[in-house]
Amino acid sequence: MTPANANYVFRALADPTRRAIFEELTRQGEQTVHALTRYAGVSQPAVSKHLTVLKRAKLVRHRREGRETHYRAQPDALAPMVDWLRDYSAFWRDRFDKLEALLERMEP
Amino acid sequence: MSQESKSNPAEGTRSVVIERVFPHPPEKLWRALTESPLVAQWLLKNDFEPVIGRKFQFRSEPVQNWDGVIDCEVLIVDPLKRLSYSWGSMGLDSVVLFTLTPAEGGTHVRMEQSGFRPDQEFAYKGATYGWQSFFGALERVVGGLE
Repeated sequence: MTPANANYVFRALADPTRRAIFEELTRQGEQTVHALTRYAGVSQPAVSKHLTVLKRAKLVRHRREGRETHYRAQPDALAPMVDWLRDYSAFWRDRFDKLEALLERMEP
Repeated sequence: MSQESKSNPAEGTRSVVIERVFPHPPEKLWRALTESPLVAQWLLKNDFEPVIGRKFQFRSEPVQNWDGVIDCEVLIVDPLKRLSYSWGSMGLDSVVLFTLTPAEGGTHVRMEQSGFRPDQEFAYKGATYGWQSFFGALERVVGGLE
């Protein structure tokens, strides 16, 4: 599976309802759209829209069974987010190097 | 010079800590941390002012799907000692805290970026839910991947 664009992952999870849906799926395993709608307390079209965004970020997968669509979480898709947190260390280290160089240039 | 990255799953928060001793007096460090044109030279372009409650932005190079804007608000201005501001981008908010301590031959600077939590908590199905709890879950999920 190719990892989704990190921006899709961030955008998908920046929304509280989508984050809640995703977390519910990681906790409970596979769920139908109906069950997720009951859980989220918003309309089914709204839940379907949220699921589309999560799908684009590759955070969920779906399968059809009869008239029901079942969704499950794909936690591997969180990798870009974990990487991003790691990147913050590198970012600040780099900036501290620049700060050191600036201090050398500044008047005492 | 030392640096560390730590996470605290018990609290469901994550933080990044960088520490370094600079061979310069605290007064000079404080200027570099609080004078907007100087901050721009080592950190990012900004409209920062060292006034508590002041909202400002850091501007990074825009990339695809991100305008490069980091929204901030000044939280602590304790001259020569502590400076803190919130740091929010892409729906994810954290807090940056600089602590200066005079050290042998210079100034010890500790930067901690912590929380990665939302500035606003929101009620969801009666439960308080935010990035903070999300990262707690993230730790568990990622831990389970290995």
